[in-house]
Amino acid sequence: MNGWAMTLFRRDISLSVRIGGSALVGVLFFLAVVTVIPFGVGPDLNLLARIGPAILWIGALLATLLGLDRLFQADREDGTLDLMLMAGRPLEVVVLVKCLAHWVATGLPLVVAAPLLGIFLNLDPVSMAAVTATLLVGTPALTLIGAIGASLTVSLRRGGLLLAVLVIPLAIPVMIFGVSSADAAIHDPMPFMTPFLILCALTLISAVIGPVASAIALRFAGD
Amino acid sequence: MAFWDYANPTRFLKLVETVLPWLTGLCVIVFAVGLYLGFFVAPEDYQQGATVRIMFIHVPAAWLCMMCYSIMALSSLGTLVWKHPLADVSAKSAAPIGAAFTFMALVTGSLWGKPMWGTYWVWDARLTSVLVLFIMYLGLMTLWRTMDDPIKAGKAAAVLTLVGALNLPIIKFSVDWWNTLHQPASVMRMDGPSIDSSMLWPLFVMAIAFTLLFFVIHLMAMRNEILRRRVRALRMRAASAAHPGTAAATAQPAE
Repeated sequence: MNGWAMTLFRRDISLSVRIGGSALVGVLFFLAVVTVIPFGVGPDLNLLARIGPAILWIGALLATLLGLDRLFQADREDGTLDLMLMAGRPLEVVVLVKCLAHWVATGLPLVVAAPLLGIFLNLDPVSMAAVTATLLVGTPALTLIGAIGASLTVSLRRGGLLLAVLVIPLAIPVMIFGVSSADAAIHDPMPFMTPFLILCALTLISAVIGPVASAIALRFAGD
Repeated sequence: MAFWDYANPTRFLKLVETVLPWLTGLCVIVFAVGLYLGFFVAPEDYQQGATVRIMFIHVPAAWLCMMCYSIMALSSLGTLVWKHPLADVSAKSAAPIGAAFTFMALVTGSLWGKPMWGTYWVWDARLTSVLVLFIMYLGLMTLWRTMDDPIKAGKAAAVLTLVGALNLPIIKFSVDWWNTLHQPASVMRMDGPSIDSSMLWPLFVMAIAFTLLFFVIHLMAMRNEILRRRVRALRMRAASAAHPGTAAATAQPAE
């Protein structure tokens, strides 16, 4: 990786884990969402085991959406975004690096927490491993798609809610293939790899569409 | 090139004034013919009875909600690539119309579903993807409403519309994977339509009528949007004239 990209990556990571950053709030939110589900559907362990992968995926989606509105907004407020726009570096790469740093700070903790939360939901080891694998592959896609929403709403003062509304329809395919490959690991006849590979493909597609579209949007928001 | 001649809003408005009465008249006539054919000439279905007539509203509305998004995607391309001054006006005024047609398709579909499937709503692939399309229309309209500068809002919405246009086939494919119960496509098939021609003709006429209706409403909405922007520009000029100096930076040419 180039020097400037590494510097940007380190800067974003340290900003999000130090005081004022919000890296670990997402995991707490994830825990809170998973805790509140049994109160809604009842404490039946068989039911929870059946819908467990879906609960973990919905929790991860909501936790990702929660952190996204600060992806570019903090940089815009203190003027860093303008400097990044004028620095002459390819903005798409800047966005990609920022998304990567954001994912490492907020998405990766969700993946690490998923097996632990799986215990609460009575998941067996196979499905726990499957959910964790799908989250590991799928949450970067959520961050990258969310970056489009984050850059579109960057100039709005209260853009968080609108961001969620704009991003959720685009995140539906990731959700479908994440949950269906986790389900396929439990129910034997269906192959696990087919939906899993499609999920990988979706992540790769969003790694192209996300940075390009959000770079265009940031250029328009900048002037 | 005609495409660029009508980049001038005034010339475009003049064109709208000429075309609109003819288009409206044509739309009314085709609607009258289509509704007559659909409600009095077309036979009742041997299984579905009179409820099959819902099809003459439902299917054209479903076609139109797709066509409207395509027009918005083309207009967004016009905004971002060619910076055509009317492109974002076109995209902005198409969004509520598309949302209305999508809503109509959803409502008539669920009214049709109650007697046929026994339920107003099923989480089937087509219904779900149309619902997602509806949410995307509403999200786009909200994005336009949250930004006060129409030029900036137009560009942001254009980016989102194009991303949505890339994503819609993916959403469609993944929802199909997820679940399917709805009947497969019965008109647009390689081996010819499976509907009897006595029902196909009224459907075809109604589809033309709905398309004409879309263009009539779209032209009207574009005219209103241009006038609204002129009013906005006049108001801003008046405001900056009332307080010279402070508002000098905002007195940009809006149109």
